[in-house]
Amino acid sequence: MKFGVVQFPGSNCDFDCYYAIKNVLQVPVDMIWHKDNDLDGYNCIVLPGGFTYGDYLRVGAIARYSPIMSAVLNFAKKGGFVLGICNGFQVLTESQLLPGALIRNTCLHFICKNQTIRVENIDTPFTGMCQKNQILQIPIAHGEGCYYADKKTVDELEANKQIIFRYCDGSGKITKEANPNGSICNIAGICNKERNVLGLMPHPERSTENCLGSVDGRLLFESIMMYLKKKSILVK
Amino acid sequence: MWSVIINIELKKGVLDAQGKTTHKALHSLGFHNVKEVRVGKLIELQIEGDNREEVGAQVQDMCKRLLSNPVIEDFNYEIEE
Repeated sequence: MKFGVVQFPGSNCDFDCYYAIKNVLQVPVDMIWHKDNDLDGYNCIVLPGGFTYGDYLRVGAIARYSPIMSAVLNFAKKGGFVLGICNGFQVLTESQLLPGALIRNTCLHFICKNQTIRVENIDTPFTGMCQKNQILQIPIAHGEGCYYADKKTVDELEANKQIIFRYCDGSGKITKEANPNGSICNIAGICNKERNVLGLMPHPERSTENCLGSVDGRLLFESIMMYLKKKSILVK
Repeated sequence: MWSVIINIELKKGVLDAQGKTTHKALHSLGFHNVKEVRVGKLIELQIEGDNREEVGAQVQDMCKRLLSNPVIEDFNYEIEE
């Protein structure tokens, strides 16, 4: 089992992801430079948070054409797991690996705080270790995290159960007040139809140790690990 | 050499948070007759090409692939020699 964390110019959560995977979860992980184009041997690729290419033009728009992204597209097509966190989520929507787009928070502020999100679907490789409707506390830190998609796309996401996380209040209620950035239907994270590409605005790598105030983010990584372990047992 | 001015705006229906806030700020400056503000982007290119059609086709391609995001934005452009 091997993870890879892509480093774009302007990534700034790359080492947090690397640390969480290597030191906390104790899984082999490599840093992958954005000019590389080979992802052979990896099971899961993480696109970390940050401000790739200074967020110029649109968030994620330039990173989407980095050499590594054609390899990521192929990797995803072949069923490899791709996890896009914050700016990584924005790169995934720009790449059209995930539908919709992320636009300026409706309040216009950069928001950095602890946030509660509700797990909407546990039947995915990314959430298999979660309980149904479990409330997770995972920090957010973004200026452009307002998820937007047209009605048809949102209806499809709902019908295919691709909405994986929604912003909620402390008791798990999905309310307007609990929605930090104006995202449509309180969407905090979605996956593709095939369930191997997940994007979310909250930062699971920042909630993997008790000293960080929450270990809920570990569930995402542990779910992927569990899924890969089960799969390798079945293959053997 | 052709000069191209590309105008990119948020699609109608996509909330323009910047436009809304700028609208409020204009009101607080006393411009109460402003009824709507939309904030977009203007991109200018100097581009070589044999004819207008060829340049137009290239600009279309650029806008669709990189300069705009068709999920949230519309674009239009003017080409001058």
